[in-house]
Amino acid sequence: MTDEDKNAPSKPDDSYTVFHGGLVKKKTLSRRAHSFVSPGFLWSLMFLVIPCLALFVVSFTTRGDYGQIEWAFTWDNLKQLAGFGYFGWSADNLLIVWRSIQVAVVTTFLCVVLSYPLAFFLASRPDKSRTVWLTLLLIPFWTNLVIRTYAWFLALAPNMPLALLLQDIGAIDPGAPLYPSTFAVYLGMVSMYLPFVALPLYTAVEKMDWALVEAARDLYSGGWRVFRHAILPQTMPGLSVGITLTLVPAMGMFVVPDMLGGSRYMLIGNLIQQQFGTSRNWPLGAALSLVLMLLTLSALMASRRREINKVEG
Amino acid sequence: MRRGNSTGITMTSVGIFILLYIPLLCVAMFSFNANKFGLTWGGFTLDWYIKMFQNEVILKAAWNTLFLAVVSTIISTVLGTMLAIGMYRFPWKKKTMGKLDMLLHMPVVTPDIIFAVALVIAFSVIRHFTGLFELGMPSMIVGHVTFQISFVALVVRGRLELIGHDVEEAAYDLYADHKRVLFKILLPLLKPGIMAGAMLAFTLSLDDFVISFFTAGPKSTTLPLFIYSALKRGVTPEIHALSTIIMILTIVLVLVMQKFTAKNGGEMH
Repeated sequence: MTDEDKNAPSKPDDSYTVFHGGLVKKKTLSRRAHSFVSPGFLWSLMFLVIPCLALFVVSFTTRGDYGQIEWAFTWDNLKQLAGFGYFGWSADNLLIVWRSIQVAVVTTFLCVVLSYPLAFFLASRPDKSRTVWLTLLLIPFWTNLVIRTYAWFLALAPNMPLALLLQDIGAIDPGAPLYPSTFAVYLGMVSMYLPFVALPLYTAVEKMDWALVEAARDLYSGGWRVFRHAILPQTMPGLSVGITLTLVPAMGMFVVPDMLGGSRYMLIGNLIQQQFGTSRNWPLGAALSLVLMLLTLSALMASRRREINKVEG
Repeated sequence: MRRGNSTGITMTSVGIFILLYIPLLCVAMFSFNANKFGLTWGGFTLDWYIKMFQNEVILKAAWNTLFLAVVSTIISTVLGTMLAIGMYRFPWKKKTMGKLDMLLHMPVVTPDIIFAVALVIAFSVIRHFTGLFELGMPSMIVGHVTFQISFVALVVRGRLELIGHDVEEAAYDLYADHKRVLFKILLPLLKPGIMAGAMLAFTLSLDDFVISFFTAGPKSTTLPLFIYSALKRGVTPEIHALSTIIMILTIVLVLVMQKFTAKNGGEMH
């Protein structure tokens, strides 16, 4: 390689190109570029792209009698997913898909609503204590998902203060825990994903130009209009990262509903896990994963589009 | 810039921190609870910690977790760094670049359950044809590396963009050859970025549950998997002790990362 660099001929033709101020043979350059990129690229191709294609293919195959994949292609999995089973139509699966969307969207919304005050709070701390507060936010962010979910399981147990209080006022039966319930699922989900929104939002708030907020106040804007026109457009980049980081994993979540929601609170993630676990129906599981992927992509596109509209309009 | 300072904001924020920490404190508290059955307080004890360190299954799971994290971090750091350098330094066609970029962002924007499941299917197809690749440690390493590569490459590329092309061009002007530029100039400059990427990959691996859950074999249980299955069987106070220790290690790891990023003025998130 190096020889070719040094012995570059005096009359360069088309097979040479300028690279970082020197003359290099195009072939050499391309070989070097490929040798850097190909190991990682091939790895991702083999273990990311091809498996995803396999997922697509398998979602159209049939489940054998022993749970194996039979390569007879049908639409049955998608039909089953849409609720057409042996015993006629049922809304169960569609309900689960709908519930997953609902949980992901509501969780993201709650996280955003809670993250704004938190981001302003962090940005208004003096430098020294700000690091402490940020570290306090990072610790739960990096604490294991299973441990954090289980922690709620403990905190909501029958003889903990919160449950005792609700038992006293008669909101729940004496001696009952606060799970499985929708409340417990949302508590778990929101506390799980809050740092994912709060941290990028804080970065955006920190860079914000406060003169715009003051100008809006001077012109007698109310609280909402100040937020809508002076704060929201400026914090959009951070908000959009936060929404992506929350919406994507929240759609596929199965640990929190599994531990805090009980068997009646299934999400699409639990349904997928079931197909690859006890039910051993891989084709249906693959079809469900495909639906989840489509849902995530469309949610992302929708949030991107909204962001662009808001910035421009 | 001392704005957004109102009682409402402060109260909400303190409330949020309480919400984040109350459950974790509950776990820590119960790990010192002498009462084995139920969740009533029976006095202070360190027995569960001693029992935990004598539990062979837990020690094996801890070893698996660490082994998995170290091996997958090494592989993904090498591959991810090469990918970032290759993408940033060379004049790729816009279309190729776009495709590489998409590939890089794919693990970030897909729920991890999807490629966990996709990998399980791919492995079973390989196993069907070759008889190799039983689910276990190798398949877990592959799974972890696949999502770590993206994060390493994104962090390293951020650092490369900070460095820019100037230093490299200066080196070429002074007749440094290709190898010298790479090893004497680029890699030393990149070191903080590579370290940050490796640290992120390591933490992601330690933290992962979903991918391990699907790709693990019977003998390759990691700590998060152990805790999850233990909870399904019924809670023992040893789990509280184990969780508390993991939380303390997490705190240490976060503090180290904080110090590290502060020193390099880098950006972790």
